[in-house]
Formats: sequence, structure tokens, C-alpha cells
Amino acid sequence: MSAAETTTAKVPPARRDPRPGGESGKPPKGPGRKRSAGQAAVPWALLAPCLLALALVLGYPLVRLVTLSFQKFGQPQLWGFKDPESVGFDNFTKVLGDNEFWTVVVRTVLFAFTAVVLTMVLGMLIALLLQRVSGWVKTLVNIALVASWGMPIVVAITIFKWMFDTDFGVLNWLLSQLPGMDMIGHNWFASGTQGLAVIMLLVVWGAVPFVVITLSAGLTQVPKELEEAARLDGAGAWGVFRHVTLPILKPIIVMLATLSVIWDMGVFPQVFVMRGNHPEPEFQLLTTYSYDKAFVVNDYSQGAAIALLTVLLLLGVIAVYMRQMLKIGEVE
Amino acid sequence: MATSTPALKRPKGKKSKLGWNLLGLLVFATAGFPVYWMLNTALKPSKDAIDPSPHFFPRSFTLENFRRALDIGDFWGSIGRSLIVSVVVVVIGIAVGLLAALAISRFAFRGRKVVIIGILAVQMVPLVAMIIPVFLLLNDLGQYDKLSGLVLTYLTFILPFTVWTLRGFIVNVPKELEEAAMVDGCSRTGAFMRVVFPLLAPGMVATSVYGFIQAWNEYLYALMLMSQNHQTATVWLSNFTTQHGTEFAPMMAGSTMMAVPIVALFLLVQRKMAAGLTAGAVKG
Repeated sequence: MSAAETTTAKVPPARRDPRPGGESGKPPKGPGRKRSAGQAAVPWALLAPCLLALALVLGYPLVRLVTLSFQKFGQPQLWGFKDPESVGFDNFTKVLGDNEFWTVVVRTVLFAFTAVVLTMVLGMLIALLLQRVSGWVKTLVNIALVASWGMPIVVAITIFKWMFDTDFGVLNWLLSQLPGMDMIGHNWFASGTQGLAVIMLLVVWGAVPFVVITLSAGLTQVPKELEEAARLDGAGAWGVFRHVTLPILKPIIVMLATLSVIWDMGVFPQVFVMRGNHPEPEFQLLTTYSYDKAFVVNDYSQGAAIALLTVLLLLGVIAVYMRQMLKIGEVE
Repeated sequence: MATSTPALKRPKGKKSKLGWNLLGLLVFATAGFPVYWMLNTALKPSKDAIDPSPHFFPRSFTLENFRRALDIGDFWGSIGRSLIVSVVVVVIGIAVGLLAALAISRFAFRGRKVVIIGILAVQMVPLVAMIIPVFLLLNDLGQYDKLSGLVLTYLTFILPFTVWTLRGFIVNVPKELEEAAMVDGCSRTGAFMRVVFPLLAPGMVATSVYGFIQAWNEYLYALMLMSQNHQTATVWLSNFTTQHGTEFAPMMAGSTMMAVPIVALFLLVQRKMAAGLTAGAVKG
């Protein structure tokens, strides 16, 4: 462990090296000093357009999301026939008292959790595998990964729809080639569990490349001598991984995992398009559920309440991500 | 695992490399199959696509599916709209984002950390959660079903992404270069334009291309904020039906037309972006 710790301390500076003023510390100690009075206005002037734009397109909607969830806002309010009226916590009590909401929450959390674990484990295994294969295999795998990473989501959804098609899907045909299996005509979307499993496969397929490529970059940072030393000390392959590789990669892993959670909790088009723009009740995740309440039932305030609860649910994860970013000194 | 000590166990290392390579090829086949299957289906006659036994290696090639896909709905119109929106949003994003990125990477000022944390945190809020208020906002501004409205909403994810990624690139340009130019008599702006900007150009190109891809691929806002007559390319593909209902061969041709340029662009910038993404981390 101790060997690993010393390198954890060694790795970040290596990454921070090219940063400005390596030893001079805070940036504008130099030539900017004498003008420091007027200097403070410059960064804010530079930031102004960006902050204004963000306030309009992000800040205002965020505030509106909160206020909306405390109002009654439906079709009449949308067309301006009636003013929205404040209803306190009504929307939340209604949502939280609804059994269906809790079913959706559990389903969403399970879905996201499984998808993240699968993505991270597969990503790690493939990244480790890539260290052990010949160069040409590595190139091939990288091409496949980048191609699937770059695929527009809607295209990927269409492809999966086709591969899992009931009558002519290639997957049903492949499975039927296994002895004792007849899957021709099997409808994967007849049940929510199987359908969501297919959707999860699609999500994982799209997410693994980013994890592999990032972890591969991280693995090159693991000093060979450390692994060697651990091996000489009698550590097996697993021991080396567990006590040398994993601790060094930990910051990257935490970041990838938190990002994956955020992304996988926000899965929307995959379910929505896959189910022909009208997901059945057993396919609803928090995102589609909120959308449904707002744009199908036309109860915008309830939809907003659900969206807000989703964000609150994610807040913990976002906090972990931000802490990690602060810790590795990205936010310098 | 023996491969990692080739010096000690050469013969065994060789042999186990074969095993790893086979496993690698399996990963290649699995990860690449959906893409291959799209191309395969798009290029074979549509009656081969619904043959009970699939042809993994098509015997006859045809572009018929592409011709038919072009006739579905308003293909060129939707491509045009997607292009306009993506290009405009990237131009605005880069211009505004570059200024902001400069501020947070080259100046020390009170509240800098708060701004950085704010920009980072705000891009973590799922877009889907924002769709209801954004929809109401555009409704109020009279921007519903307008390309300008869509551009405005795309800034929600393009702007934080551009700021954060450009910041990563700027930070990697040594400050000493700029200072040297200033010692030689350049103004701060001059030093930036002559020294930093040229070094930053590749990073800006990569950021633009990646932002373009994200905007191009966006689906939810495009679906919600534009009417059927003004749909963008992604919505066009998701609504793809022929007069015979769902026909997968032309649909795969449509997918190919949408995916190939994007994947090609992606391949170009991927290497440059991967490093920045680890830090900034936004994916469409």
C-alpha cells in the first residue's frame, strides 16, 4: 500500500506540470501587478457574455423549475387563460404519495446502478486487456470502440431496434443457432425487464468506449517499476492490480463512475425512441416519467416536481464528482 | 498475466499473447458488430434484409436503400436545419466560451473558484430535467418552433462544455511564452493574439468539432421545441417510416448517412479530446 501511496502523490504533479507559473504560484503576480486596480474588471468583462447567456438559458430555467414545482401549472396556464397559482408542497405530496413514482424510482436506480457497474467493470477489463494484446489487435479494438463511441445516439437506437427485431432481428437468429433454442419471433419488448435489459445493453455499448480510452490513458501512468516491485514481493496478478494499479487509478475511477451515474440516470432517448415515443408503464424511468406527466398528462408542475426530485437525487453524486475535481487540483 | 514479464518466461509469454489476442478480437467483433450490421443492412437489397437467414457477408450490393431513404420526409431540409443550428451554436459557443475560458485560466480574481465550480456543476444537471422550464421559456419568448430558439437552448450544454474544454487547452500553453512576448513589448492582447492564439488553434478546432457533433446529435430539445415541419436530422431518423411501415433496410441507409460523417469527424478529433474529456468530461 505504502508504495502505491507515494506514487499517488507523484502522479498529480506530473499532470499539473504544464500548468501556468509552475513555481510562481498565482498567475498575475508578474506584469499585471502594477495595474491591479483596473485588472479586476477585465476577467469579469470577459466572463460577462458567458455568464449572461448561462443565466438566461440555464439559471432562469433552473429557478423556473423550482417555482413551477410549487405551482399549479397545466394547459390553461400555458395558454395564459389562467395565472399559475401557488399550491405549496401539493405537487410533492402528490408525487411522493404515488406508488407508481416509487416503482419508477427503484427501477431507475436499479437500471443506472447495473449499467454503471457493467460499464465500469467491462471498461476496466478491456483496458487491461488492451495492455496485453499485440499492436494490431489494439488498433482494431480502438477503431471499433471509437466508432461506437462516436455513433449518434439516435442512430445507435435504430440499429439496436433492428438487431433485436422480433421477426428479422439478427440476434434472435444467432440465439436460435444455439442447440435447443428457438428464438425466432421472440419479442424482446413484451416484458419491461427484458426490454430494459436490451436498452441497458445499448447504453453500456455506448458508454464503455469512453471508460476504456480514459482508463487506458490512466494505465500508462502506472509506473512499471512499482508493478515489478510488487511482483517480486510475491504479489499475484490480482494482488498487483488490487494494491498497485487500483489505488493509482482511483481518482480517475471515481470521476468516471460519478459521471456514468449522472449520465445513466439521465437516459432518455434510448427508452423514448426505442418504445416509439410512448414508453409503456413498465418501461418508465424517472426522465420519461417526468416527461410523460408534463407533456402527455399536461401537468407541467408535477413533471417539474419529478424532475426536481431527480436532480436532488443526483446532487449527492454531483458533490462527489466536484470533490474529486477539487482534490486532484483540476479547479486551480 | 505472464506477458508482463517477457524477459523471464518468453515461450509461455508468446503463447498466452495468442489467448489475449483472441479475446481482443472477440471484443473487436462484439463492439464493432452493430456498426457493421448497419452498413451491411444498408448495402444489401431490402429483401435480403428480411431473409430468414441473415447474410453476414452480402452477396450483392445496392444503393437502392439510400435512394429510398432520401425520399422519406424532408431529408435535406432536416439536414440543413441541423447544420445551421449546429454551426451557429458552435460559433457562438466558441466566441463567448473563449473569453470566459481566458478569464478563468489566465486571471486571478475574487470569485474565480466560485465561477469555475458553478460552470462545472451546472453542466451536471441532466438536460431532461430542464426540458419543461426551457419549453415554457421559449413559449414566453415566442421562440417555439424557431431555429434561433433551438440555438439558444443548445447553448445550455455547448457553453459550459466549451468553456471547460478551452480552459484545459489554454492552461497547457505555458504562461512564460506570453510573458516573454510582453517583455518584448507586446500588449497583453497582442501577446495573446500572436503567441497563445496560434498554439490554441488546434484545440479550438477540436472543441468546435466536438461541440458540433454534440449539437448535431441532440434529440430531446429538437423533438420538443420544433414542429414536425421543422424537424432536425435526429428527429427525422427517429420518425423514419416508409409507406410499408417500418422497413429496416432503408432505415439503416438513413442511419448510415447520418452516422458516417459524424463518426469520421469524431475519429479526427478523438485523440485530442480524450485528454480534455478526462478532466472536463461531457459527452453528448
